[in-house]
Amino acid sequence: MSGEHLLELENITKLFPIGGFFSRAKMAAVNDVSFALETGRPEIFTIVGESGSGKSTLAKMVLGSEKADRGTIRFDGADIGDIRSRSAREAFMTRVQPVFQNPFEAFNPLTRIDEYLFATAHRFKGAKSRADREALADAALQRVGLSIAEVRGRYSHELSGGQLQRIAVARALIPEPKLIVADEPVSMVDASLRMSIVNLFRELRDTLKVSIIYITHDLATAYYIADRVIIMRKGLVVESGDARTVLDNPQHEYSIALKNAVLPPDPYEASAIIRQRQQDTGASMPREIARA
Amino acid sequence: MFKILRDLLRYNREFLFGTILILIIVGLIVSSFFSPYDETAIYVVIPDMPPSAEFWFGTTSRGQDVFWQIGASLRNTLIFGIIVAVISRLIALVVGLVSGYIGGRTDQIIMGINDTLGALPNIPILLLLVFVLRDQMTWSMLAIVAALLGWTHDSRLIRSVALSLRHREFTRHAVFSGMRTWQILIREHLPYVMPIVFFTTMNNLIWAIGLEVTLSILGFSDINRPTVGGMIYWANAHSAMVAGVWWWIAFPMLFVVILFLGLFMLAMSVNEYIDPRSRLARMGA
Amino acid sequence: MQNLLKKAPLILVENSRDALTIDGLKCYYVNDYFGVRREIRAVDDISLTVRKNEIYGIAGESSSGKTSLIKTLAGAIRPPMRVVGGTVNFNFDGKPIDVYGEPQKMKAARWRHLSYIMQGSMNVLNPVRRVKHAFNDFAYRHMDLDPAAFRQRIEAHLARLHLDSHVLEAFPHQLSGGMRQRLTIALATVCEPEFIIADEPTTALDVLVQQDVLALIKEVQTRMQASVIFVTHDMSVHAAITDRLAIMYAGRLAEEGPTQAIFDNPQHPYTVHLIGSLPRIGDTKARKSLQGKPPALSNPPSGCRFHPRCPIAIERCSKEVPVMQSSATGGRVACFRAGEYKIQ
Repeated sequence: MSGEHLLELENITKLFPIGGFFSRAKMAAVNDVSFALETGRPEIFTIVGESGSGKSTLAKMVLGSEKADRGTIRFDGADIGDIRSRSAREAFMTRVQPVFQNPFEAFNPLTRIDEYLFATAHRFKGAKSRADREALADAALQRVGLSIAEVRGRYSHELSGGQLQRIAVARALIPEPKLIVADEPVSMVDASLRMSIVNLFRELRDTLKVSIIYITHDLATAYYIADRVIIMRKGLVVESGDARTVLDNPQHEYSIALKNAVLPPDPYEASAIIRQRQQDTGASMPREIARA
Repeated sequence: MFKILRDLLRYNREFLFGTILILIIVGLIVSSFFSPYDETAIYVVIPDMPPSAEFWFGTTSRGQDVFWQIGASLRNTLIFGIIVAVISRLIALVVGLVSGYIGGRTDQIIMGINDTLGALPNIPILLLLVFVLRDQMTWSMLAIVAALLGWTHDSRLIRSVALSLRHREFTRHAVFSGMRTWQILIREHLPYVMPIVFFTTMNNLIWAIGLEVTLSILGFSDINRPTVGGMIYWANAHSAMVAGVWWWIAFPMLFVVILFLGLFMLAMSVNEYIDPRSRLARMGA
Repeated sequence: MQNLLKKAPLILVENSRDALTIDGLKCYYVNDYFGVRREIRAVDDISLTVRKNEIYGIAGESSSGKTSLIKTLAGAIRPPMRVVGGTVNFNFDGKPIDVYGEPQKMKAARWRHLSYIMQGSMNVLNPVRRVKHAFNDFAYRHMDLDPAAFRQRIEAHLARLHLDSHVLEAFPHQLSGGMRQRLTIALATVCEPEFIIADEPTTALDVLVQQDVLALIKEVQTRMQASVIFVTHDMSVHAAITDRLAIMYAGRLAEEGPTQAIFDNPQHPYTVHLIGSLPRIGDTKARKSLQGKPPALSNPPSGCRFHPRCPIAIERCSKEVPVMQSSATGGRVACFRAGEYKIQ
């Protein structure tokens, strides 16, 4: 049953200046987006969009890294635009944590991986001694199928993208957050290791009752894992609703085009799609035009 | 630590060479502590003696043994240079890292101050200060003033690295891991900035020593305290080249060259060693 | 059963069906920093042929060595990466060229006979010069035409690829990513080369644009009857466009064969797993991931490099290196127990 909203976005707009030095023109990276996640009903909320759709900007605003130009974002009832002091910010970070896209960029190659885990344990869980921090890190790592012994003293290049992402998820779990914002968490992970991460998110929702905002451009993984989905294009939400319903039967023309553009992993079907596209292009100009 | 030194000595010829040169200098400096003569005393030996078995580098027209003088001079000059380099490095690091990380308006203000200071001409200002504070201008004051003038260019270099690091994903990750700003700057960003710091330290050291030599040759420093510049000043004052006392000028110059060469080689080889790219290659990334 | 399988015969370069022959190629990085010596075996004993008028896909994940392989093919490797064994032979219209034996001929052949479509089109187009200059830089010297005729040829080529000629006057940043990538393809094909190497040309492109780019590559290949080596980790792209497909793992070939056969009936356990883990819309069946991670190429496992992660590994797999042999589906596979593991 829902009470308050866990996360509420109301008419969120983010503008970026474009043009040259003297231009005042602005472009809306995110344009009047609203949605809400309920407390007590953990779900995987997926934002689907191509590059330039505004999904990453939206994620940054939810995390508090960027400020919205219009509209309000409320977390647990409180406007996150009011967060100014360091203690308020840290309290917020205890409840909302990110998982980044590129695990090799997210970890500094010159820093030991466990540093991030220990820092999180120290700052958000008040673990003072080395032993306490290791214990908390180990508990979190166990939940993702690893252990502190495998991770202690290692650098990022010694591990695979899949393992690093799992460690990143473990780190995000240490403060016991209510919401995890994952921005394209598997796009940089090898195909054979992807499913373990995706399955992990399912488990987080079911066992640990964590809500997840899952951002992706890949409709297939979205179908596999999402509860609700919104499809974004150039900052606007073109379609939203229950994931299976929307993806099985998209209504908006962009959603339909998107779904049809996905190449299935089957040579017969996939090559047919390309052949069709060749014929279509032969008859008309390509779908894109150069920006002026 | 020792393993690193051993690796460097064994595999990097520059480091080996630089170490040898610096050891020569250090040897001279250490020996100056055992000098039988007071370093500021004059006419303690027969003047104008060419290099011989008794006076290895000869003696000056002021009756000082060039060998012992060089030891003391190198020591004083080097200390001056190191003080200037260290202080200005610290200032450049703090200003560069903080300004690059904070960004925005604060960064613009700080860089405005930075560039203004950088536009000021160094030598005329120092000369002016020396003239004005003639008696109060001690040697350590000179070092501090030089340090305050020497950081502006380098802080910009450090800031540019800091700016690029600010946008990298691991910085955001560190923020969400709860690391405070100073922790991020020191633990995550400093290793990337160290190669620049090293390189600019070398530059700065050479600049400081050159500055000291210049001022001393012109007679604008404590002329009783032996420094490399001071020796050359006195040699000129006594028309050493004309009088044929070539060893008075030649040896200080030779050892200054050895000092610079040694420092340069050390700095370059250590710089390559600590550079993140070479570190990553050694770790096997 | 083993005596029915025979070693696949190496096709000689004189055979006019082959555009490229690689024989026993070994390419290693040797890193020697401060006494720490690392030998990374990026390409370890690879033999394959690419026929004329076909699109040959190379699939593999990160650290499979596929990028090193194609760099080696193009003769674009630099120390500390070195060819330590084997040969690479192109056959351009009956003229064989040994890439490492005849570097001068290779240099003359670049762009005219062999061109490269790269990942990240911004790397190709100089951001401070208009697009037309890229064409001048790359293609002019090969075409032997006066400037006006050259310009006409380019515009005709662009028109065939459904690109408007006004893009020649634009700067790269004024064009979208998809447009730039299509220009890169136009650039790579303007001299009508016999062989094109495409390195992840559709990665980082939006799905809608990806279709356009793939359609363009297919069009170009069909019209010019060129051979294309298409490298990507995205199996769906391989399904869409390639005729034959090779799967690389840890610097070696695991399997090779007609694309449809690889997808329908993969023989190597790694391929089986790779195909089985691909999600598709409309399917929520739980899919499993493979344990472990691809091995570091500086210290690969002994014997078959996949054996630590292989669900059907036997003792022989850790001792002997399996060689490529004919597989049941008309291709080749390097596995002692080929075909015994099926998709779950």
